Formats: sequence, C-alpha cells, structure tokens
Amino acid sequence: MADCNSEEVAVIGNTDLTAAELENNKNNTMAEAGTTLLRRMEISVAEAEKRTGKNAVNMQETYTVYLIETRPVDAATEGQIPAPDSLWRRYSEFELLRNYLLVTYPFIVVPPLPEKRAEFVWHKLSADNMDPDFVERRRAGLENFLLRVASHSVLSNDKIFYQFLTEENGWKEMVFETGFQAKADSRLKAFNATFRVKNPDKRFTELKHYSDELQSVTSQLLRVRARVADRLYGVYKVHGNYGRVFSEWSAIEKDMGDGLQSAGHHMDAYAASVDDILEEEEHYADQLKEYLFYAEALRAVCRKHELMQYELEAAAQDLTSKKQQREELATGTVRTFSLKGMTSKLFGQETPEQRDAKLKVLEEQITEGEELLKEKNADCDEYVKNAWSDIERFKEQKDRDLKEALISYAIMQISVCKKGIQVWTNAKECFHKM
Amino acid sequence: MSGITVDPAVSCAPAQEISADLSGQMLELDEDDDLEVFSKDSTLSDGSLFNASMPTSPASMVNQLEEDVDTKDIFITVDNPESHVTAIETFITYRVLTKTTRSEFDSCEYEVRRRYQDFLWLKGKLEEAHPTLIVHPLPEKFVMKGMVERFNDDFIETRRKALHKFLNRIADHPILSCSEDFKIFLTAQAWELTSHKKQGPGFLSRMGDTVRAVANTVRGVKNRPEEFATIQEYVDTFAQKITSLDRVTQRILKEQKEYLEELKEYGPVYTLWSGSEEELVEPLKGMAGCIDRCCKETEEQVNHLAESLVPALHEYVLCAETLKAVLRRRDNIQAEYETKNETLANKKADREADSKDLGFILGSFLGKNPEEAKQQRQQRLDVEIEELKEEIEKLEDKMECANNALKVDWSRWQRSMREDVKTAFLHTAEKNVDYYEKCLAVWESFLLSQGSGLDAESSREQPQAPEEMAKEASLQAT
Repeated sequence: MADCNSEEVAVIGNTDLTAAELENNKNNTMAEAGTTLLRRMEISVAEAEKRTGKNAVNMQETYTVYLIETRPVDAATEGQIPAPDSLWRRYSEFELLRNYLLVTYPFIVVPPLPEKRAEFVWHKLSADNMDPDFVERRRAGLENFLLRVASHSVLSNDKIFYQFLTEENGWKEMVFETGFQAKADSRLKAFNATFRVKNPDKRFTELKHYSDELQSVTSQLLRVRARVADRLYGVYKVHGNYGRVFSEWSAIEKDMGDGLQSAGHHMDAYAASVDDILEEEEHYADQLKEYLFYAEALRAVCRKHELMQYELEAAAQDLTSKKQQREELATGTVRTFSLKGMTSKLFGQETPEQRDAKLKVLEEQITEGEELLKEKNADCDEYVKNAWSDIERFKEQKDRDLKEALISYAIMQISVCKKGIQVWTNAKECFHKM
Repeated sequence: MSGITVDPAVSCAPAQEISADLSGQMLELDEDDDLEVFSKDSTLSDGSLFNASMPTSPASMVNQLEEDVDTKDIFITVDNPESHVTAIETFITYRVLTKTTRSEFDSCEYEVRRRYQDFLWLKGKLEEAHPTLIVHPLPEKFVMKGMVERFNDDFIETRRKALHKFLNRIADHPILSCSEDFKIFLTAQAWELTSHKKQGPGFLSRMGDTVRAVANTVRGVKNRPEEFATIQEYVDTFAQKITSLDRVTQRILKEQKEYLEELKEYGPVYTLWSGSEEELVEPLKGMAGCIDRCCKETEEQVNHLAESLVPALHEYVLCAETLKAVLRRRDNIQAEYETKNETLANKKADREADSKDLGFILGSFLGKNPEEAKQQRQQRLDVEIEELKEEIEKLEDKMECANNALKVDWSRWQRSMREDVKTAFLHTAEKNVDYYEKCLAVWESFLLSQGSGLDAESSREQPQAPEEMAKEASLQAT
C-alpha cells in the first residue's frame, strides 16, 4: 500500500500520507502495525566479520562488518524456503542511516543504535571494541535497531531504509543525494532556541524534563549494576579456592577424604557458574542502555519543537513589528524609536511619494509575512500532532519493554537462586558424608 | 563420677563406643543425677550453654544431648564480659559458671570471674602436667591485624566464645578434666587463685626445663617411631591446608561484605526511577523492595560467616600449632631417654676400659695407690651406672606413657576435628541454601505481584529479547 512511493513520503511537508496513516495507527503498537515492513519481510543481522582496509586518510584500519539478511515473509514456495538476500554493512553506515532518519522525521522518536564504545563495564568485561562478546552484543543491538525501524508505521516505509537493507552498492550516494544534511538544524540554533522561546508548550517541557530524568536514572542504574556485578564475580570466584584446597586436603584424610573431594567439585562448579550468570545480566544492561539512548532521541523531538516554536514566535514578532511600522507610516505618528524617525525629524519629513513607496513595500512584506505565519503555524500544529502521536506510541512501548525487562531480570535472579540452592544442597550432602 | 578410675584408654572414646560394662555402670550410678542436672540447666541457663561448642542443627543436637545425658556431669559457661580499670591497666574479666555433680567438687555450682591471663596459666599448667595430650587452643593473645581498638565488642564476643569452647573441651577430656589446676581454676576465688599460681616450680627451674628442652630439640630425636613420623607428616600438611582454608574463608567474607555494600546502593536507584514514571511505578518499587530484602539476607549470611565459619576454621589453625608443639614435646621426651641411654653406654664402656689396666698407669702417675684407685673408680662407676639405669627406667616409663597418651588422644582429636569441621561446613552450606531459598521467595513473589502469568516452571526458560518478541509479535498479529 504505502510502499516507497517517492521521496515525498519522507519529507515533513507532505501531510496527507502521514496524517492519515498516523490517524489510523494512533493506537498501534509494534505488534499491530498495519503496513510495516516487518510484516512483509524477515530481517536479521546474522553475522559479524572482521575486515581490514584503507580508510579515508589512506591508513590501514581494522573494522567489523555485519551481515544483514532479508527475505520476503511469503517466500516459501512448494515447501522450500529460499536463501535470504544479504549484504554487509559496517557500524558507520548504520549511523548514517540513523542520522538521515533523525533529520527526515524529526517528530519521530527514532530508535537508538547500540553504543559505539563499551561503557559501564565491570572489570572482567572487556572495553575493547574488537572483543568477541562486545561484537556479539553489538550485532544483537543492530538487529534490534533494524527491527524497531522496520516495525514503525512511519519509518518502515522510508525508501532509503529499504535500500539500506537491499542495495549493497551506491547506498551512501543515495543518502547524500536526498540532501538531508542541508536540512539538519545547527546545534547552535537549537541551543539558542531553548532559551529564547517565550511560550513553550507545557507538555513538551514536561517531556524534556522526563527525558533528562530518564537519562540520569538509567545511567546511574547501569553504573551501580556494573559495580554489583563486579563484586558478585569476586564472591563466586573465591569459592573456587575451596575446591583446590579441599582436594589437596582430602589426600591426607582417610574418612573425610571422599566428602571433601566431592564438596570441592561443587565449589568449583559454583565458582564457574558466575560467568553465565553475568553474561545473561549483560542482556538486561543492554535493554536499559537502549532506553538510556532513547532518552536522547526523546529530547531531540522536544528540541525540534522548541526550534519550530521559536521560529514561529520570531515570524509572529516580525509580522507584528512590520504592521506597527505600517501604522506609524500611515498615521505619521512615531511610537517606536527608530533612527529613520529621528533623522526625518531632524532633517525633515519624507516626501509623500517616498512614504507611499515604503508603504507599498511594507504591505507586500506583511502579506508575505502573514502567509509565512500561517504556514509556520500549520507546520507547528502538524508537528505537535505527529510528534505527540509518536510519543504516545513510544510511551506505551517503553512501559511494555521495561516491564518485560524487569520481569526477565526477576526470572534471571530466580534462576541464579535455584542454581545456588542446588550447588549448596549438593555440597551439604558431601559434607554429611565426611 | 565417683568410684570409677578414669582409664585413658577406655574413656577417650565417645559415649557410643564405650564398652558395655562401663556404660552400664555409668548409667546405673549417675543417670538420674545427670538428667536432673540437665533439666535444671535447661531452665536456668540462658541458652549459652548450647552455643559455640555444640552444634545447633537439630539432628546433631539430639546426638550431642544423648551423649551428654549419658556421660556429661559438668557444665561450664563463659559469659558476661566486664571491663576493669585499675591504675596500671584495663582488662576484661569473664564470668565462669560451673555446674557439676562430680564428687571431687565440694559444691555443685560455682561462679568466678577470670581474665585471659588466668586461662593462659591454666593452659600452661595442663601442658606441663600432660605434655603429650592435645589441649584445645586458646584464642589468640593479641589483636588480629586490622582492628583498631583492643576491646571492641566483636573481638570480645569472639574471644568469649573461644574461651567457652576451651573450657568445655577440657571438661570433656577424660584426663584433663581431672586436673587439680582445672578444678581450682573453676572454683577458687581471685585471691586463692593468685596464691595457688605462686606455688609450683619457680621461674628458674622452669627456665632450666626450657633450656633442657631446647637442647634436646637441637640434638633431635634419633629413632622416631614410624607412627609418630606419620602423624608429623599429617600435621605438617594439615597445618598448611587449614591455614589456606582460613585465608580463603576470610577472603570470601571480605568479598561478600563488599558485595553487600554495593547492593545497598542498588535498590534506591529503582525507587528514584519510580518517581519519574507512571505505569512503571509499581514494578520499579517492587524491584527496589526485592533488592532491599535480598540485602537483608546477604547481611545475615555475612554475619554467619563472621561468627561461625571463620572462628571455627581459625580455631583449627591454632590447633595445628598445638599439635606441632605436642609432637615436639613427645620427641623431646624420647630424646631425653635416648641421651640418658647414650650416657649409660658411655659409662659402661668406661667400666669395661677400667678392667683393662689403662687407668692404673694414670693413677700411678698421680701418686695414688693403683689398686685402691682402681677399686674406687670402679665403685663410683658402678653406682653411677645403677643410678643411670634407674633414671632410664623412669624415663622409659615416662616415654611409654607419653606415647600412649598421645596415640589415644590423637585419634580422639581426629574424631573431634572431623566433627567440628563437618559441622562448621554443614552449617555454612545450610545457611547458604537458606539464603538462596529466601531470595528465591522474594523474586517469585515479585513475579506474582506483576501478574505476569509466568510461574516458577517457566522461569527455567530463557528471557526473551526485544527483537525476538518483535518478530513473534509481528508474526502473530495477523
């Protein structure tokens, strides 16, 4: 239906498609998306590989590429499932895709990429980007990113996104051809706007506040969790020493020997079990990290709104002052101080012809200004509507995902406890035999 | 236990192994008294009667009680530490409460106050009287490293428990518990004890003993019997292993404490987060609650380690040193005997040489009447040889006694070591199972409260990743 019509789909100005779609999909969750790409296509990031090559400054570098596999959902014919199409992409290309989406759909809370560098590491975990565990978690994170985009009612219909998945060569050029970089707002402008908006939308202010809190609390949580993991690792691993000493001691004992020896084995098993435990917990950390980065995306939507609001206010202000000028010119009264006014007072009034010419110019400008203001108002309203719809969708997704994450954390803890009970019950049996 | 001479060989065995005759005798004479004493105690005692030295798991407690009812006729508690400040020093005294039906005690209940020095004195006397018996170690004299104040509460409590165990182990020992010094320690008032301490071999004679002992050590024992050589080997390895275990356990305690510290910071972050959320308030608060409850359980586990396992293992580190000392003393006794034998051999050789007329030549040079001198010398040597033979006989007896005492006490020690170590680790394993069970309950109740519909069974499955869920969800939404 809404399958990659044209570039217009992507541009904010095109209201028909997006408005209608969004109206339909207002209460859509990922699961119920009507026409999202994910319903038509299986997508996965299947593998990761190391490559070496020359970079932009002609120096040798090693980097990782990820294999993206796609296959139409109804591809199975005559009981045979065809091999998927595939291409290789590196992390920087994912970044490019995301930047494009950010600029092109500023009213969407764009899903984040997995972290560029390993942060919140606890001591055993490697901070090295080439470490296989890190690469594996990144692979999973990239897949998650693609699935989120592909299941988004708006983003999934983007042509560039589709081409990212299907066109190995020349994709970069296609992205640059969209000219999205020119549309990007400068950081300075956005920063400026934050302070100079006169009538900020209360909802967006609250949302911005929330995104700050979310960012702060999730990063705190990740930090503390990493420290707890570190300590837990220490506790389990030291028990391994029991295994060694029990074994050595059992050599000189007659009656106690067997019991000690087998208890020692259980202590070794206990010490070894922490590796799996913490690997699973890393998955929980990744889920938290995703929402840490989502907070940033949320704030970006708020910032864009601030910018639009600021420009709207600036346009309104401009119009008002022009109308005032017209009035003054027409009635001859000077209410506002102006250099022109002063000089004309000093050096004599203008000629009626000059005044008329000025008035005419002003009239034109006012007409233009009114058009612009109307446009900007409409844009702003449109933006607010679209943004708020996606924000509602995001909120529901976040509540769902985080609740699931907490529940799966509890399940993990239950598994850890069960393993602990088993090991120590076994050890108890062995001690009994001593 | 009036009327029964305590024969070391027999009474070292625990109650169950005592020969039928003897056990029958003991029960006839003392059963009622024992039971009475026991039941009297259970109402009077503050429960400290059944701590440190007695296992607290129900099964083993029953065993111990059965043993006690049959044979135990003396109950000692060490409690109530108090600080005493004098012009010269500050020290702690402990109340030592004794309840007994033994006839050599005039009364059946005694309460005295003793300080650490007094315990040291008692140990010294017992070791002096029974050099090859294994006396349970005292807690260490000096503070362990890392503690700032000598008299902090934990230190005093640990020491009190160890002193309690020390006295009870002596009371359980068939030979040591009959010691006069032990009796005086339990019953004498402070001034009586001081005056009694002053009796006995003086400082100089004790020094003499020490010098002799050192000399013998330097000389070394020549023919150590194989069984003692085996014991020596065992003790050396045991000392190493138990020291390692002590270190490992202390390290685990340290790591566990640090884990607890970090965990305490973890829960509050979830509470903080719940402040900015709406839908997620309940689950987040739930998480915080779970983590806080797990903190409490961890704290209990830490306390158990510190109060139970660490002291139990540390005790046996000290035991290893005691064993080494006992083996040394046994060696010294044998060395003394061997030395005397050598002296005898030399004297006999001299006597032999005399019957050849070599001494006659020397004697004539000194102007003595050769025949007379020779006779005098021979007589002197004969006397000396007779004396030596007597001494050697005594030493041989002493050595045989010492060796036998050690042999019997050795197997007694091994049994009680096994019991103690087994109990200590068993407790710790039980405590750990308990810890995990409690934490399990905490998290399971969290799951229930979230009404996730997931029960304990499904908790075995892997948690689903968002991408998997997305795939599933999108495929399901047809």
